[in-house]
Parts: sequence; C-alpha cells; structure tokens
Amino acid sequence: MSQETKQASSNGKYRVLGTRPVRHDGADKVTGKAIYTADVKAASMANGFVLRSPHAHARIKSIDTSAAEALDGVLAVMTAEDLPDVTDKIADLGEGSVNLAHLSNNVLAQDKVLYRGHAVAAVAAVNVHIAEEAANLIKVEYETLPSVTWVLDAMKDDAPLLHENLYTSSGGEKADTASNVGVHLNFQQGDLQKGFEEADAVVEREFKMATVHQGYIEPHAVVVDWNHDGRIKVWASTQGSFTCRQQTAEVLQVPLSHVTVVPCEIGGGFGGKIAIYLEPLAAVLSRKSGRPVQIVMRRNDVFEATGPTPGAFVRVKLGATKDGKLTAGEAWLAYESGAYPGGMLGPGCMCVFSCYDIPNALVDGYEVCLNKPHIKAYRAPGATQAAFATESVMDELAEKLGIDILEFQQKNAAKEGTRRVDGPVYPKVGLVECLDAAATSDHWNSTLEGPHRGRGIASGFWFGCGLKSSVVASVNSDGTINLTEGSTDIGGTRTSIAMQMAEVLGLDAQDINPRVVDTDNIGYTDVTGGSRTTFATGMAAYEAGLDLQRQMTERAAELWDCNSEDIQIESGNFVSSSQTATFKELATELFKAGEPLVGRATVAPDCSTNGFGTHIVDVEVDMDTGKVKILRYTVIQDAGKAIHPSYVEGQLQGGAVQGIGWALNEEYFFDDDGEMRNASFLDYRMPTAYDLPMIDTIIVEAENPDHPYGVRGVGETPIIPPPAAIANAICHATGVRMEELPMSPPRLWKAIQQNQDGN
Amino acid sequence: MGTKQLVSTTINGEPSQFLCEARQSLLEVLRNETGLTGCKEGCNNGNCGACTVMLDGQPVNSCLVLGLEVDGKEIQTVEGIAQENELHAVQQCFLEGAALQCGICTPGFIVAAKALLDENPLASEEEIRFQLAGNLCRCTGYDKIIRAVMEAGKQMAETTTS
Repeated sequence: MSQETKQASSNGKYRVLGTRPVRHDGADKVTGKAIYTADVKAASMANGFVLRSPHAHARIKSIDTSAAEALDGVLAVMTAEDLPDVTDKIADLGEGSVNLAHLSNNVLAQDKVLYRGHAVAAVAAVNVHIAEEAANLIKVEYETLPSVTWVLDAMKDDAPLLHENLYTSSGGEKADTASNVGVHLNFQQGDLQKGFEEADAVVEREFKMATVHQGYIEPHAVVVDWNHDGRIKVWASTQGSFTCRQQTAEVLQVPLSHVTVVPCEIGGGFGGKIAIYLEPLAAVLSRKSGRPVQIVMRRNDVFEATGPTPGAFVRVKLGATKDGKLTAGEAWLAYESGAYPGGMLGPGCMCVFSCYDIPNALVDGYEVCLNKPHIKAYRAPGATQAAFATESVMDELAEKLGIDILEFQQKNAAKEGTRRVDGPVYPKVGLVECLDAAATSDHWNSTLEGPHRGRGIASGFWFGCGLKSSVVASVNSDGTINLTEGSTDIGGTRTSIAMQMAEVLGLDAQDINPRVVDTDNIGYTDVTGGSRTTFATGMAAYEAGLDLQRQMTERAAELWDCNSEDIQIESGNFVSSSQTATFKELATELFKAGEPLVGRATVAPDCSTNGFGTHIVDVEVDMDTGKVKILRYTVIQDAGKAIHPSYVEGQLQGGAVQGIGWALNEEYFFDDDGEMRNASFLDYRMPTAYDLPMIDTIIVEAENPDHPYGVRGVGETPIIPPPAAIANAICHATGVRMEELPMSPPRLWKAIQQNQDGN
Repeated sequence: MGTKQLVSTTINGEPSQFLCEARQSLLEVLRNETGLTGCKEGCNNGNCGACTVMLDGQPVNSCLVLGLEVDGKEIQTVEGIAQENELHAVQQCFLEGAALQCGICTPGFIVAAKALLDENPLASEEEIRFQLAGNLCRCTGYDKIIRAVMEAGKQMAETTTS
C-alpha cells in the first residue's frame, strides 16, 4: 500500500520548523521513567476510594458511614456535608464556563443522584483495598426515581425531571416551567423558504448518535496534600493546571493562592480532563486524615462517572440547483448534556454548515439533561455529530444531482469572505486547498475494485482557539535556554513550542530545554485543548525569543560601542557593520559581566485558527456479518505551517482513528434502568492495531496570517469527518444509507437485510 | 490488614524480594513494593495491555497475575529493556519514529514489541498488528507504532546477521 505522506518541507525558509527532532521528554517516556499522577508517591500517602450511586436517578434519604469509620486501617470518610455550599455562580474557565454549584454537586451528590456512578461518599485508608472495603460498608438509603437516557425522550413533557429549577434559556429569555431542556439556540441567515424553492433537488435525513467516551488509557488520578499551614498541593492528571486550581479552590471555597497544582505527565485527555472530579475529595480526605491522599479512578468509573461526549439526534435538510450550487440548509439538533445543563450544543450548531457557503440557512438546537454523566468536551466537541449528518446528506444530494461529491464540495466550499450561519466571516482558510489536494491525491485517483467495496469522502471544520499562555526563557551560561511553560504536554507540544523559539533565535531544537511547570512557577496559562497549544504557547515562545533579542541588542550595543539601531538580526545572528555574533556567542559573552538574561512573553490571541480537513476512506463490507473493514484511509488537513510534521501527522492519524471507532463500534449501552452495561475496554470496543491499516496523511499549508509562522491548530479537526466518510463509503459499497452511529455489525447487517428485502 | 508473604523473584536480571498480600496483583506489587512504576494501570482487567511485563519469557498482563504467583520466576519490565545507558532498538525507533504522544501505553508496547521481535524480527505488518492487538493506544492510531516496530525488527535482524 502506498504511503502518501507529503513531507511538510521547510522550503529553505526555515532551519528548524519542518524538521523532526526527537522529543525532549522521549527518553523518559520509553524507559518508564516519566511520572504520571498514579506514579506519584508522597510520604505517608494514603489511598482513597469513591463510593458511587448504583442508580441512574434517586433521592438520597440517608448515609450512614459508621461501619466504614470503624474499619481497621480507615483514616477518613467524607460525604457532601464535608464540602461547603457553593452558590449558583458561573465561572469562566477559559475554554467555556461552568456553573460552580453543579460542579460541586457533580463532585459529590447532595440530595439526589442524577446518574449511575454519581459520587456519594469517599474513604481514605492505609491502602486502596481497605478503602474499597470500607466504602462498601457505607449504608446509603436511596429512593429510586424513574430515569431517562435518550435525548428525545428527555424532551417530552412527561419525562422524569432532573432539576426542579432548570428553565430553558432561549434568545435571552427563560421559560416559565421547569424542564430538562437547558438551552435553545437559533441561528439564521437569508430566506430559508426562498432558498428551498430555488433548489432543484432536496435531501432530508434524520440521524441518531450514541454516547461515546474519549477513551484515554490513563484513568483520572490525583494526589492531594492539605498541609498543616492550609496550603493545598495537588498533583493531577489534567489538561490545565490553572483551571484545575481554580475549580478546586472554588469547590473547596479556599483562596485561589492556597492551591498549587502540579500537572504530572498525562496519559491522554482529549477534552475529558479539564473538569475536576477527584481533587476536592482527596483534599478533604487529606485535611481530615492529616496525610496526602491519592485517588485513582477505576476504569468502569471513568466510563460511568466522567464526561463523555453527547449522544444526539440531528436532522439536516439541504437543497441545491442542478449545477451543484447549494441554496438552502436547515438543521435541527438535540444534544444531550447529561446530568446538568451546559454542553456542546453551541459548537455543534456553529459547525453543522461550517464547511459550505449556504446563503439561506436555519439552525435550531436544543440541549437536554438526562440521567447520564455530565458531558464534557471530546475533541472538537459537538462537531462530529453535526458533520455526520451534513456530510451524509451532501453525499446523497450529490448522487441525486448526478454530480461528483468532491466537485460538489469544491463548488460550495467555504473560503475567505464566506459567512457562517452564526455570524463570523472567514478570513483566509484552507478548505479549498484540502479539497484540491484530495482531488489530486493518489488515493482519490486509485481504482477501487471488488465486491461490496466503496469509497467515501467527508470534510470537517473546527475553530481552534487562542486564549492565554505565558513563558519564561532563562539563558544558561553556555547560551542554551531553559524554557518554562504551563502547557501540559499531551502530544509532543513541549518540542513544537521549543522549535519555534529555536527558529527565531537561530538555535537548534536541542538547545532549548522546555519544562512544563506547576502553577506556582509560571504565569497563567489556559488549557492544553482547543487545538491551541502549538499555536498560542508557541507564539509566546517566539515572542520571548524576540524579548531576548531586544535585551541582547541593547547589551551588544554597549559591548560593541555602537547604537542598538545599528544592530540587525539575521537568521538569529546579531550583525552590526563591523561585528557579528551568533546567539550563543553573544549570550556567553554577556554572561561574563552584567545581569543574567531572562526573556518573557505572555499572549492572549483573540482569534480562531480555522482548521479544515478532508478524509477519504475505502471500505469493504462483509454482507453476512455487517463488519466493515477499513482498506485505505487518507487524512488531508490544513495545518497552516507544520512545525514538527511527525506530531502533526500524529494528530491527524490519532483523531481519525478515534473517529473510526466512533463510526464503527463505540457506544454506551444503557439498559432500561439507566445502567451502562459495557463499562470496560472489552465491551466498549475501541480500535486495536489489528483493526486498521496505515493512516496516510497529506498536510496542506495555507498559512494562518495570525501567527508569526502561519500555524493553525490541528488537534481536533481530524475526528470530525470519519463517521460520515465511512457512512458514505458504506453506502457506495452496499447501497445502504446508515442513519445511526455507531454503524456496528448488528446495525449494518440489519440495514443490509432491510435493504435487500425492500428490493 | 491482610497477612503478607515473602516473595522471591528475579526482576530485570537482579534478585528481588518483596512482601505482598494474597489479593495484590503483580501490577500493584511492582508499582508499590518494588518502585517500578513503568508498567501502568489502564483498566485492571486485562483489556488494555498498559501493564504488560515479561514473566518467564512470556508477555503477560500483570494486572491478571497475582503477586504471590511470581515466586521463583523471572520478570522483565520496561525499566530493564535498555542495557546500561543504551536504549534498545525498539525504544530508539519509537523515539525517532514519533511513535508516542502521551506515552502512557508506550511501556506496554515496548515490552510486547520486544518480545515479538525477539522471536521474529522480520514479522510482517499483519503479524505485528495481530500480536500487538492486546495493547491499546488512543493517541496515535497505531500507524507510527507499527512502523517503529518494523524498523526496529529490521535493525535487530541486521545486527544478528552481521
């Protein structure tokens, strides 16, 4: 199988960008030395265990912890009584806001449990086995209530009500009666009716999507030491040490400055490790026992009690003229938000038509509470669900019009000046470039032969945000640099950030020593998420490099007895009419006399990096079992500028494979009692190495004008196109149009049977 | 507190003794009693491979082995793969091939891949994918892992023949 990985070349323009140095933390990671949170050992550390509700919806009548407290080896027990009351206040966490009362209630239930797995008590003991034994001795009296676990059911008037004080917020107004619908959003442009009248062909379809989990291999873990001076030290598996600190301080109602968060190496997050779950529990247990407490979540608890992505119902209708111009688009979306309001409806509504220029459009969306864990971000949250619907309808519409699907996409592709239905107008973006790359790709131009084989294509869009980052660059006596930053490294960003500083200073990547440090040691930095890290923290590293150059130019002017205006920077070298010095030469010289050199920068870019992508997939369907084999897969995406191409490819491949799992197998099975029946890696079936071929990548570079090196965020977009691309391929292979995710063997087989019976 | 028993094994070529309760898994014991935190807990029920170690020459999920079971046996963990200060070919190829992102599955993959390549350094892509199907990765999509393993195998075969 040919591998078409276009090398993102440096074009001779850059020395370091576009190369593939070994990552700085590599030796630790391949030798088992890297410290993840569960590896942390504090002196006299105790182990915690969390007791969780077995019921999907119930009132808590009483909790009796006496038997647990009496067990030998138990150091502390806590319930919601040990947490302070938190007001119904909204806190801005950078990438989204959170209702703190709901956050606290989710950490530990008060009068009601709202989903199976909802935490009700916690125990710290001398080892985890005793902690678990003790937790099981806690007697909780529940009054079970009817539960609801499908979004459309939860919207009905007679649905079990989760919150007596939740009133639908719609267009700035609130409803009169309580319901499970937290939010109603509406976006419009143009004249929808007129748009559909102008269309020569219209396709409308309804799609259902099951709840899906981020599936990170490392369970949530914390170690918390509530010291005797009132300072609280938290080691956590977190995508954002500063948001972890803020949330923990709010839930515990302690001053922010009393909490320090140490972000350990993290074993995957994908958006699921931004909200806190265990920190306040471990903190209170630590305060009560006088010892540091470690809590590591069990895998089934990770499924049942963290933040999966919403199940959803989406209806999309598109109309186009016979020469392939889209005239109208209408979308109706119902997204689950889980046990509390506040979910991913917004991005879903904004993304549903984001790849195309549709002059007349209407998007209507509802966010609904139901008895499932509170949903959280999963890599481009809300966009995959919407894209499954739109990209499937695009494919069907192209077929109806007799137009090639790729040409149909190219004809209507969003570009600079296109207005998205929610308002923003795109600056320069790269969808057209991605579609053009698809059209000339080896994959698209290869022949696919054989029975029950089909090819599908789909595109996707994610905003990519900026937000805040801080870095400090301390120059060593040999001219190398210690670069401290606060962005947790999930995918190699330590190195892509260091490379940007190396580039501007004329150094090598190995001359920069990047360190991810705790909240005491670096300025505020927003989460590693939102496809922002290489973009924003990299920008800060670049700016810190410029800061060093400004300082060194001043100092060089004194040293060389000239004016600082007379010194130019050329490829990182300091050049005057008579002198020239590399960064290292000048730095070592300046170290000998005068102040040490420390550079700094903080950034808060207020823009989207606008990441577009297109995927091509070939499948083969086993008509007797409904099993889908992925024969070939190509991810094309606009990275703006690929700093470290291997790690950009890694994002494309990893995101695509998560999307493949979402498309073909992953779902939460809920029984009638609202219990998840497949809360293990055995039955929550994620892709293994044996399920996949190589994932080819083509990196397009339509430079982002908002970044010194043209970088666009890449991490999230790759998960968006796969379900639709695969559904389209399945349709071309079998004639069956799938309307439900996942397209697992039983579902596909049934649809094949029905299709054959229908013929 | 349960009664602890003394277990005597060889870990990474050195004699090692520890105390453990009957209910403790080998995974727990390696991480808590011997300080070898390289093997990771991903699921604790044998479905992700993050806890893979070698036991008497076979790769096992250490979460499915009891600590008491390894008395008199030989264990190799990821900490014992590099020889003195030189990384093994598998480790080096993982680094050069960017075959890790978050790194949590990496120790398990390295132990499992080395076991596979020791038997069959020129294993095909399909054989490698099959043998490593018990190691889950959520970050990479496996592409670069498989390429790194194939490259390491080629290097190991060359070293043997040269």
